[in-house]
Amino acid sequence: MYDFAYHKPTTVADAVKILAADSDARPISGGQTLLPALKHRLNKPTSVVDLSGIAELRGIKRDGNKIVIGAMTRHADVANSAEVKAAIPMLAMLASGIGDPAVRNRGTIGGSVSNNDPAADYPSAVVALNATVVTSSRRIAADDFFQGMFTTAMEPGELLVAVEFPIPEKAGYAKMRNPASRYVMAGAFVAKTGGQVRVAINGAAACVFRQKDMEAALSANWSPAAVAGVKQAADDMNSDIHGSAEYRAHLVTVMAKRAVAAAG
Amino acid sequence: MNAPVVFEGIGASPKRKEDLRFLSGRGNYTDDINRPNQTYAVMLRSPHAHATIRGIDTAAAAAMPGVVAIYTGADMVVGSLPCGWLIHNKDGSPMNEPGHPPLAQGKVRHVGDIVAVVIAETRPQARDAAEAIVVDYDVLPAATSMAAALAPGAPLLHEGAPGNVCYDWHIGDLAVNQAAFAQAKHVVEFELVNNRLIPNAMEPRAAIGDYDRSTDQHTLFTTSQNPHVIRLLMGAFVLQIPEHKLRVVAPDVGGGFGSKIFHYAEEAIVTWAAARVNRPIKWTADRTESFMSDAHGRDHVTKARLALDDQGKFLGLHVSTTANMGAYLSTFATSVPTYLHATLLAGVYTTPTVYAEVKAVFTNTVPVDAYRGAGRPEATFLLERLVDVAAKQTGIDKLELRRRNFIPADAFPYQTPVALQYDSGDYQSTLAQALKTADWDGFEARRAAAAAKGKLRGIGISTYIEACGIAPSAVAGALGARAGLYEVGAIRVHPTGSVSVLTGTHSHGQGHETTLAQLVTDRFGIPLSQVDIVHGDTDKVPFGMGTYGSRSLAVGGSAMVKAMDKIVAKARRIAAHLMEASVDDVEFDKGTFRVAGTDKTKSWGEIALTAYVPHNYPIEEIEPGLDETAFYDPKNFTYPGGCHICEVEIDPDTGIPTVINFTAVDDVGRVINPMIVEGQVQGGIAQGIGQALLEACAYDASGQLLSGSFMDYCMPRAGDVGTLSVATHETLCTHNPLGVKGCGEVGAIGSPPAVINAVVDALRDYGVTHVEMPATPAKLWHIINSGRQLAAE
Ligand SMILES: Cc1cc2nc3c(=O)[nH]c(=O)nc-3n(C[C@H](O)[C@H](O)[C@H](O)COP(=O)(O)OP(=O)(O)OC[C@H]3O[C@@H](n4cnc5c(N)ncnc54)[C@H](O)[C@@H]3O)c2cc1C
Repeated sequence: MYDFAYHKPTTVADAVKILAADSDARPISGGQTLLPALKHRLNKPTSVVDLSGIAELRGIKRDGNKIVIGAMTRHADVANSAEVKAAIPMLAMLASGIGDPAVRNRGTIGGSVSNNDPAADYPSAVVALNATVVTSSRRIAADDFFQGMFTTAMEPGELLVAVEFPIPEKAGYAKMRNPASRYVMAGAFVAKTGGQVRVAINGAAACVFRQKDMEAALSANWSPAAVAGVKQAADDMNSDIHGSAEYRAHLVTVMAKRAVAAAG
Repeated sequence: MNAPVVFEGIGASPKRKEDLRFLSGRGNYTDDINRPNQTYAVMLRSPHAHATIRGIDTAAAAAMPGVVAIYTGADMVVGSLPCGWLIHNKDGSPMNEPGHPPLAQGKVRHVGDIVAVVIAETRPQARDAAEAIVVDYDVLPAATSMAAALAPGAPLLHEGAPGNVCYDWHIGDLAVNQAAFAQAKHVVEFELVNNRLIPNAMEPRAAIGDYDRSTDQHTLFTTSQNPHVIRLLMGAFVLQIPEHKLRVVAPDVGGGFGSKIFHYAEEAIVTWAAARVNRPIKWTADRTESFMSDAHGRDHVTKARLALDDQGKFLGLHVSTTANMGAYLSTFATSVPTYLHATLLAGVYTTPTVYAEVKAVFTNTVPVDAYRGAGRPEATFLLERLVDVAAKQTGIDKLELRRRNFIPADAFPYQTPVALQYDSGDYQSTLAQALKTADWDGFEARRAAAAAKGKLRGIGISTYIEACGIAPSAVAGALGARAGLYEVGAIRVHPTGSVSVLTGTHSHGQGHETTLAQLVTDRFGIPLSQVDIVHGDTDKVPFGMGTYGSRSLAVGGSAMVKAMDKIVAKARRIAAHLMEASVDDVEFDKGTFRVAGTDKTKSWGEIALTAYVPHNYPIEEIEPGLDETAFYDPKNFTYPGGCHICEVEIDPDTGIPTVINFTAVDDVGRVINPMIVEGQVQGGIAQGIGQALLEACAYDASGQLLSGSFMDYCMPRAGDVGTLSVATHETLCTHNPLGVKGCGEVGAIGSPPAVINAVVDALRDYGVTHVEMPATPAKLWHIINSGRQLAAE
């Protein structure tokens, strides 16, 4: 780890001020991604802004037909939240399957969504549920937020504050884990909200994406059989020592089928 | 002293004495040790697999805060890290043995090769300075696979090894072998890979060099399985420090699995540099360094042919193996594919002729050496897969084919055609016991039930033998070993009767502090709490060869028995004197000396005290004290064997294989502590399942390690192992005093073919005869998918 200055502001406004003053400052929330990167000296921030002292970033609440989750809310809190379990049980289930207990007790939704790791779980839920990402300066629709591998619509110095999830009629999630890292190798989050069907695929490509053919098939007929016949093209799928693009494309269909079955 | 209330001797399962300190964070590992005025070393490692070094500029780095010294290959010109086993080519000439300098001398040959060492007041300072060193590399094309290294025009790693070949060795009579094939009704032929593994002991390697200039004494604290061997190799070959000036301490060590047998560059570097800077130097690997510097395991490619007659009797086996040595010869690398692999190719079968040739190849990868099982898993995988393929090809049931070819229980001692002579075993019985436990006969019903759920279920078996406690020294020496293979045990009875055992073996997770103490408890009748096992320090233990090849009990325990014999002989003379009886009339049993047929007795404690307070003592005949040392050189290897059965289910949609249950019946000879044996076998099976299903070491063509962290290198987790049923079936070793054979490696040796045979069986409708390890979900899905496509066409 290289040396850096450490700040622990107590308001979003103060955090934004520190970040605005120094383009090489980085926010840290759960530290589950940033700390290993610092330890490996892959990152050289001048200062690290610890968000754990900001009370307004924490917590889960129901707001009409939405569930609002603060950026600093840990995966374990989402997994165990009665509010989330009642409104969007699949989101609680997704959170309970991230990493291991140690990771879930530190890692946060804000860190995960900001980081936009192609193999992360949350981005699929954000896209499929058509969530809104609330930042320190604006509101960003899910479809505009995730822009590519580890890239989002947020500007440097912008802080993720909360994610607002509309409550769906149906939602389902299924994933295949990478045998080594246990991150997502291919996953599918399917949801029907206000009559609209959305299918988000994570893990399989460089960034979470919507599978529009599956959305069409499910709009016509919400059943596992409807997506079973929809093939994912292998062109843009990841290929590495764990699996070929063809294998991942196949998994996309299998996971979508299982996600629909899980949604009921 | 009172006799123990609870029986803690041979056959009991007391809790492991060492676990209290391990589980409560009180272990003392190398990185826990801090010497006064200590500095820290960071190794600057090559990012390239193959390059010449045009120059190294350390000026800026040397001026950085806290830097004490920086050394490169130009500074450290010392002996080569030695290879401990000389192999001869087919034509009788010696193998090519290029040097292995601790710090690169003008050329790097794998990613991770050490270019410079930075010594600083703190570890971060050393790391900062290492980043400031400028190395001018001329990057060369790399050969990272054996095929690439053997191809015409391949990049040459070492001037002294033309064609990148280390040796081209063989064993067996080729003419006899060819004659057997000429008679064959069936010839079964196939090629397979034994996948390269990265050991990943829980504790990364570490070393502290310390130098005392008042006595000219060097001390090395290191994560080693065999401190005396390190002292010999480093002292005599690398740094020219005589034994009496060099102390090597291997304190608590968090796992080794073979990877901590070898003498590594970092040990020599910190020992050498500590004398130069006249301060202690600590180096501790991080996990990334472990991946690119601990010796890897396995990595064989083999073509095998089996000749059978019309009844399925094996007539002959012909094996051609190429074995990856990596970039340099690690300490025992050369012996693994030869004397620890080819000599095991008779297996448990009566195959009359076996011919094996092995070509060892240099590549731009981390050196490869012994890893749990070392050569024997490779032999077992090859044989047990081949037998299954032969069963399929001949139409003979796979159990029946094995039974027809087993060495019968009454045929021991049995001389194999590949040098070894097995002393005991009963393969029909271990097979029968395992089949019953695994409910082999009920399998087809379970397969049908799985099919109804859409799962592909398979069952696989392996009947294996291995060889432990490599010996005798004279034979190993004649085959090229450059070390003896005896062991040392010293029994020090203290005046109050408690006992310190000094053993030359080393415990790094095996539980020696318990098992070896049980031998003493059993013999002397004193409680386990009164016995301490001292190991891992060349200044305390007279000598020793360390722990590997499941030798600690068979060889080290036997040395202890010899020393205990001497203790008892002397103690009986003291007792005879005290009881005014003839020595021949004094019996000793469980802590009591008795004049036969009388009620005259002396306790263990009384005799111990008398030995050290010799007031009433036969001083004219024997010396005071009760402290005896024995060196034991075994007459033969020991031959554990057994039967492993695995059941897997494959999800055809994802290709994910799941081990449902695993049955092991192992003959490890006499069992001293059943609980520890069970644990050792479980751990070995977990590693075998890891090799079979999960662990894939991958390099790209430029020599970068693609599986260089746990994000990409898949170690087995508890959930990957399934339900294990582990049992033993004892036949005693006939040539050591304990009748023990060894249990440390059987799990890793017997299990991989059982798992892969199960996977192939699960895929029996998909036309496959073999699946290379690891059988990953992606690999299995591709097989299933292409099978389905064939069916659809
Ligand atoms: C062993 C292990 C296994 C894991 N397995 C999984 C898995 O299976 N699935 C999965 O989805 N994830 C997995 N993770 C990742 C983990 O779940 C975290 O979600 C992830 O590391 C990011 O969250 P964090 O709170 O730790 O963020 P941090 O590490 O603190 O930050 C991550 C990045 O986001 C930035 N950032 C943090 N908070 C904000 C904010 N409020 N606004 C703007 N930028 C911000 C940081 O600057 C940094 O660049 C795993 C992690 C580990 C260590």
